[in-house]
Amino acid sequence: MSVTQEAPPAPTEEPKVRKPSTRKRLVPYWLLLPGILWLVVFFALPLIYQGSTSVQTGSLEKGFEVTWHFQTYWDALADYYPQFVRSLLYAGTATILCLLLGYPLAYLIAFKAGRWRNLVLVLVIAPFFTSFLIRTLAWKTILADGGAVVDVLNTLHVLDVTSWLGWTESNRVLATPMAVVCGLTYNFLPFMILPLYTSLERIDGRLHEAAGDLYATPATTFRKVTFPLSMPGVVSGTLLTFIPASGDYVNAELLGSTDTKMVGSVIQTQFLRVLDYPTAAALSFILMAVVLIAVTVYIRRSGTEDLV
Amino acid sequence: MPVLRWLRRHLIVIAGLLTLAYMILPNIVVMVFSFNKPNGRFNYSWQRFSLDAWKDPCGVADMCGSLSLSLQIAVWATVGATVLGTMIAFALVRYRFRARGAINSLIFLPMAMPEVVMAASLLTLFLNMGAQLGFWTILIAHIMFCLSFVVTAVKARVMSMDPRLEEAARDLYAGPVQTFVRVTLPIAAPGIAAGALLAFALSFDDFIITNFNAGSTVTFPMFVWGSAQRGTPVQINVIGTAMFIIAVLVVLAGQLIANRRKNNARP
Repeated sequence: MSVTQEAPPAPTEEPKVRKPSTRKRLVPYWLLLPGILWLVVFFALPLIYQGSTSVQTGSLEKGFEVTWHFQTYWDALADYYPQFVRSLLYAGTATILCLLLGYPLAYLIAFKAGRWRNLVLVLVIAPFFTSFLIRTLAWKTILADGGAVVDVLNTLHVLDVTSWLGWTESNRVLATPMAVVCGLTYNFLPFMILPLYTSLERIDGRLHEAAGDLYATPATTFRKVTFPLSMPGVVSGTLLTFIPASGDYVNAELLGSTDTKMVGSVIQTQFLRVLDYPTAAALSFILMAVVLIAVTVYIRRSGTEDLV
Repeated sequence: MPVLRWLRRHLIVIAGLLTLAYMILPNIVVMVFSFNKPNGRFNYSWQRFSLDAWKDPCGVADMCGSLSLSLQIAVWATVGATVLGTMIAFALVRYRFRARGAINSLIFLPMAMPEVVMAASLLTLFLNMGAQLGFWTILIAHIMFCLSFVVTAVKARVMSMDPRLEEAARDLYAGPVQTFVRVTLPIAAPGIAAGALLAFALSFDDFIITNFNAGSTVTFPMFVWGSAQRGTPVQINVIGTAMFIIAVLVVLAGQLIANRRKNNARP
C-alpha cells in the first residue's frame, strides 16, 4: 500500500474543501493498475487469441493460419450438439436440485440452528477443503454396483422408474446420467447454500412475526415474505451453480460413461489430445456465448440487475 | 397422527439435515476408506481394517511431491490475488472515476465464465507466446481466477464500513498512513481474510484450469485425477481426511476468536 504513503498529508491549516490534487486523483488508478493489467493480459487477451484461433485453419505440422473459416463453428455444432444439449440439461437439473436441497439447509442455518449455527456452517464449508476430486471419487464407492444405495433403490423399485425414464440402467447407477447429475449437484451445493444463507440472514425475523400476527400461515409467510426477500441469494446461487456446472467435465468423466460426456470433456480432448485447436476454440466460444446469453437473460428477467 | 404433525412442523429442519448428510457423506466415506486395506489397485470396495496408509502417508511415489507443489502454488496465488484484489476493491468502493462500469464487468466476467473456457483460452495465449508450461503458468492462471473472488469478498466488507470512522481518525490528527494501518485495515481485515481463504481453497483445489496449463507438472488434484485411471492409493484418502480435519479445526478456531472478540467488545 505504498500508494497511500505518497498522498500528501491532510491539510491542517485550511479547513475549506480543496480541489483534490492531480496526484490524489490518480490514486484509484494506481490501485487498479496491477490487478486490472493482470486480468487484461491473462483473461481478456486470451479470449481474443481464442477467437482468432477459432477462425484458423491448418494443421499442427504445417501451422495454423487465420482464414476466417467460420465453417468450423457449424461443423463443431453439428458434431457435438448432443454434448452441448446434455451439458445444459445436466447443469440445469443440478441447479434446480441444488436449489431444492440447499434452500432448507440455508433456512435452517439462518433461522432454526440457534447455537448450532456455527457448527452447521463449519460442516457446510469444511468439505470444500477436502479436494473435490477425492470427494467425487468417493461417490464412485457410494454408488457402486451392488452397493447399499443401489440395493435400497432397487428394493424400493425406484430404479425401475428411473431406468424407464432413461436416467439409470437396470441395476446400475454408476456410469448413468443420474450419477453425473448427483455428482454435479453435490459438487456445487455449497455455492448455492452460502449466497442463500447470506440473503436469508439479512431478513428481519420480526417480519415473520408480523406476517403471523396478520394471520398468514407459515406457508403464506414463506411465499409472500421470505422467498421474495431471498431472491438475490436465489439468483446468485443459481448462477454460481449453473455456470461452473455447464463447463464441468470431472463428474461426467469420473461418474459417467461415454454416453454422458459433457461439452467440457470434448473441449479438453480436442485441446489436449487431438490437438485440433480451431475446433476446440470454436466449441469453447460457443459454450461461452450460450452461458453469457443465458445469464444475461436470467438476470434481466429476475430483475436484480444491481447484483452485478 | 402425532407423528405426521411432528414431521410437518419440523419439515424444514429434517430436509436441511438430510441435505447436510448428503454433503458430509462423501467425507465420511473418504475417512472410512482411509483405514481400508484394498485388494488390488482400486480402493473402491471395503476389504479389511488397516492402519498402513496412516503410518506411511507419503508411501506413494510422487504424491507428497505434488501435494507440496500444490501448497506452494496456493500460497503464492493467495498472496498475489489478495494483494491485487484488495487494491482493486478499495479503489472501486472508495473512489468515483471513469471506466468504473467497465472495470466492474471485467471483474465479474471471470466468475461468469465456465472454467474450461478460461482454461482453454489461456492455453492458446501461452501456446502463441511459446511459454514453457509449468509452475509459472499455473501460478499466473490461479492468480487470474482467484482475483475476482477476492475483490468481491473485500468489496462487501469495505462497503459496509462506516467512512465516518476514518474521518474521525483524521480529525484526531492521524496521518493517512496511520489512519490506514490503525483504522481502515483492521476493519477490512475479516473481508481480506475471507478473500484470502477463498483464494487458497480455490487454488489448492483447482483441477480444470491447472489441467490445461500445467504441461507435465503434476499438482495434487492432477495426481488424484491420474490415479483415478491407474488405481487410487489409500493414501489419497488419508490426505483427504487430514485436510478435512485441519479445515474443521481452522474454521472452528476462527469462529472462537471471532466470538471472543464479540464478547470482549460488549461492555
